[in-house]
Amino acid sequence: MIRSPIAVALVGLSALAVATFPRSVLVFLFFQGSLLYVFKARMPEPLRWGLLAVSLLVLMPTIGYFNSYYLEVATQVGIFVALALGLNIVVGLAGLLDLGYVAFFAVGAYSWAIFGSPHANIIFGGESFPLAGWWFYVFLFVGLGTAAITGILLGLPVLRLHGDYLAIVTLGFGEVIRVLANNLDKPINLTNGPKGITPILRPPTPFGIPYGEFFYFLALLIVVAVIVVNRRLEDSHIGRAWEAIREDELAARAMGVSLVRMKLMAFACGASFAGVMGVLFSAKQVFINPESFTFLESIGVLAMVILGGMGSIPGAIVGATVVTVLNLQVLKGFSLWLNELKNAGVTILGFSLADLPTQFEPAKYERMVFGIILVLMMIFRPQGIFPARRRQRELAH
Amino acid sequence: MIRNPVRLTLSLLAALALVALPAASHLAAQGSKGAIKIATQSPLSGGQAALGEGIKLGAQLAIEKWRGNLTKMGYKVDLVPFDDQAKPDVGVANAKNIIADKDILAVIGHLNSGVAIPSSEVYKEVNVVMISPANTNPVVTDRGYPNVNRVCGRDDVQGVVGSEFANGTMKAKSVYIIHDKTQYGQGVAEFFKADAEKKGIKVLGFEGTEEKSNFDPIITPIKAKNPNVIYFGGIYDQAAPFFKQTREKGVKSKFLGPDGMDSSDLTKIAGKAVVGMYYTSAAGPASELPRAKAFVEEFKKKFGKNPEPYAAEAYDAATIALKGIEAAAKGGKMPSREDVATAVRKTKLPNGITGDIEFDGKGDRKKALYFVLQVASDDPGKWGNNKIVKQLAIAAPAAPVAPKK
Amino acid sequence: MDVELLIGIFPQVLLDGIILGFMYALIALGYTMVYGVLEFINFAHSEIFIFGAFVGVEVLLGLKSIGLLDGLPWPLVLVLVLVAGMAASGLLAVTVERVAYRPLRGAPRLIPLISAIGISFFLQDLIRLVESLWRNAFNLVYPTMDVLNLRFELSETIDVSVKSLVVIGGALLMLWALHLIVNRTKVGTAIRAVAEDQAAASLMGIDVNRIISLTFLIGGAMGGAAGVLFGVQYGLINPYSGFIPGLKAFTAAVLGGIGNIPGAMVGGLVLGLLEAFAAAYLSLLTGGAFGAEYKDILAFSILILILIFRPKGLLGEVVRERA
Repeated sequence: MIRSPIAVALVGLSALAVATFPRSVLVFLFFQGSLLYVFKARMPEPLRWGLLAVSLLVLMPTIGYFNSYYLEVATQVGIFVALALGLNIVVGLAGLLDLGYVAFFAVGAYSWAIFGSPHANIIFGGESFPLAGWWFYVFLFVGLGTAAITGILLGLPVLRLHGDYLAIVTLGFGEVIRVLANNLDKPINLTNGPKGITPILRPPTPFGIPYGEFFYFLALLIVVAVIVVNRRLEDSHIGRAWEAIREDELAARAMGVSLVRMKLMAFACGASFAGVMGVLFSAKQVFINPESFTFLESIGVLAMVILGGMGSIPGAIVGATVVTVLNLQVLKGFSLWLNELKNAGVTILGFSLADLPTQFEPAKYERMVFGIILVLMMIFRPQGIFPARRRQRELAH
Repeated sequence: MIRNPVRLTLSLLAALALVALPAASHLAAQGSKGAIKIATQSPLSGGQAALGEGIKLGAQLAIEKWRGNLTKMGYKVDLVPFDDQAKPDVGVANAKNIIADKDILAVIGHLNSGVAIPSSEVYKEVNVVMISPANTNPVVTDRGYPNVNRVCGRDDVQGVVGSEFANGTMKAKSVYIIHDKTQYGQGVAEFFKADAEKKGIKVLGFEGTEEKSNFDPIITPIKAKNPNVIYFGGIYDQAAPFFKQTREKGVKSKFLGPDGMDSSDLTKIAGKAVVGMYYTSAAGPASELPRAKAFVEEFKKKFGKNPEPYAAEAYDAATIALKGIEAAAKGGKMPSREDVATAVRKTKLPNGITGDIEFDGKGDRKKALYFVLQVASDDPGKWGNNKIVKQLAIAAPAAPVAPKK
Repeated sequence: MDVELLIGIFPQVLLDGIILGFMYALIALGYTMVYGVLEFINFAHSEIFIFGAFVGVEVLLGLKSIGLLDGLPWPLVLVLVLVAGMAASGLLAVTVERVAYRPLRGAPRLIPLISAIGISFFLQDLIRLVESLWRNAFNLVYPTMDVLNLRFELSETIDVSVKSLVVIGGALLMLWALHLIVNRTKVGTAIRAVAEDQAAASLMGIDVNRIISLTFLIGGAMGGAAGVLFGVQYGLINPYSGFIPGLKAFTAAVLGGIGNIPGAMVGGLVLGLLEAFAAAYLSLLTGGAFGAEYKDILAFSILILILIFRPKGLLGEVVRERA
């Protein structure tokens, strides 16, 4: 049982290391790696959860104090974990290929953005907006509800569609929402079009903690709630109905599963998670515009779910983390590092890096790296990093 | 428990991490007094990469040219470019990274006002100064932050300048307005429209489009309505094919646009179609301003291509940043970010590429000089020969001038 | 509402729509053929399409730099460019299939889809990288051949340029050639057999792998032709400009019934016409409330409507299904 002390040591060491080298990407990744180890390695459950709790509740905010960028990364990871979990319900559990998931995120974000900023005055006239900051907490549920309704609205026309038809329609739906957001500034100015909505009010924080920490903890809280709900759904008759629909619709119907209700519920549930996170997102950013809700984001979330392992909760969490960290930290860190080398006049084999044509900057090729990783993952480990048990048997070679 | 995935992910992460070795900042040779860094934030990937790249390169040129004084003081001055991908979330994340790096004393950025606004909230947390070469949305400085300045003009002024010109010189009676549905293009187009209507010019149409290649269906109604002038609020990479196709369809209207047109690539793409068209800009052409000419030549020599729109502004912004840092460092110690911000706001740059620069209380240029230029030839190499047709020195509005919707 | 204006611009808009429609049809063919044999959406097809456009522009620029561009007769130049683009795209498609899709055959449909998305991203940046290094710019302009810009004014409201005729002519030629190949040759029959039932086809002695590669080759070549025509018609390309037309062409293929070749042609034309009309008429009809910016989602909305009533697309098999 040597794993327990190793786990504790890893976590402790990495946290100390981050405090010492606050700007080192490698060290932060080390910290995250140690968290993963704690998550998955064999050790007594109380120790596992204890370590995770300490890391996430105490160590992480402390790290954030040294370098608020990491807190930002962690918060973004939290947001995408929730999104991935939501999409996991739709795609992973119920097998409904949704390529426009970001639409629900947008709906949630705009719901608070409109009412939590002076923008609503333009729509309704008068001076009564923005609502007071604490309304944010109410709107977490409003966003949830609005997104769920949007999910049902999407679900209704696509009930009879399958596979690729469903995919293209959901993709279209995602685009419709984005174009609407970009253009609904006339005849009534609902979304202020490409100019976006700002400033969006932030809520008063409990105990007056700074916003960086506040959003981190809130995201963490929501993620935990989402995980709990997910777990419950997975193990309930609803979850089993979804998996039945995913595997064979005809058989499911024959067994008495109500396709309409279950599909709509899948969409609504998945959408609601995105809606809640959307509200948090808009308050955190203070400014939103349609640029944050493009098709690429939808594909990004889908890739997180697939990479992590479809239909599996730990998979979605890990997938979201890996992709976000990759985009935000690793690639950028690499570019920055190369840049430092360039500035220092370092030469490799007599070839001065400063002469490297500007085209070679790694930050520009994030898409390419992302693409290669996707392809390689699909070829060599299609079941994802942490597949659901059934998938593992299905796909592992 | 499945062990493989743990090892797999850990090795993945480790491999990635090894590749992204620690920004062990101790790689850079330290100057005797420490390192000073100036960051740029602009889109270096994606559709607007050309402009974002221009900002970075302009700043780079300035830093390499003017850091001598600081180097003599014992500091090592470097550029740290960031790619904000034209996305607010990425910009904000980068901003947090920037404020965590204590060596960064100034930020030149952004290209998109939609990214600049939330990012500047982050900069404000530690009062690191932001000097914008390209953010023309009035909101950027209207918030009155002491650390936010801009070298470029404002949409609410530039739109009016365009409309003044259309009315006064071009004597247009009717205009058709197209914009690119971005904060910049739509913003300047709306101000143009509001002022044109005030002056009695008939606005025959106001259309936005994200289309980059195929403008045929939009052009058909324009042709049928036959306006005197077509105003395109947007950037040259979209405007050029539009203008080209418009002329090809036989439309005879005159063309007018804002400073997004200011690039030799406009003629490279559109050729003869844009010869003779007018555009407004805060940056003067190389032909009439010897400083501009020198800048273009230096830029070309170092980077092998003509400067993009906003490269000149970025150059001026970086020069101002350096001057501000110098002033704040006079005490002999490494200046704090707040000192730099205060110094920058007070800095005067009398011989900037884009004119004499001085900031007012909000961070706008006290007197922005706007030129109306005319495209002289369809040879992109001769872009510098564009003639100044009119110049206007306009102070930035004191109170926000927002168009009524 | 100026009815005279509305009617006046009708023929021109119709023409624009047809040109656009043919282009979408050509791209859609690539999607639909691959779907027919593999039941798989080749997300990377939009990059294969734009790759053809890039090869075309390189050929043209190359000719220009050796001074041959004005020397050679223009039909010859066009044919040269088209053939180059088609060959390049076709080969790229085959390579992509071998590298990224073949290892995944038999996996649940989501897996190759993600792989295709990965390839799409990869190709976009790869083209950008290559062009940046080669030409220090990746927003490339098709050199104009003046003859192509000659216009015929058929009447006051409609004029046709030689360019448009070339595009329409080229597209028709491709479509006709494809029709011949698929319906009149042995190879075409083999393709249709594999599309119908892979197992049975291989039992009949058809080398399924080879046929699949061939399908990608033909589909890719169609995409490449569309790319060249796109470049010629609109003049400006960059590595990311394949994405949106690709998406719309995919919608067109689904609209017509995915897997169905005549369906792709019909879908493409319908979509092109819809888009042209929406762009031209929307703002005129609604007095500026809704403008050309809605043309993209109009296409999707119509698609959704059609799929509700005909879930397999316009020309797909009629299926009566209950939810």
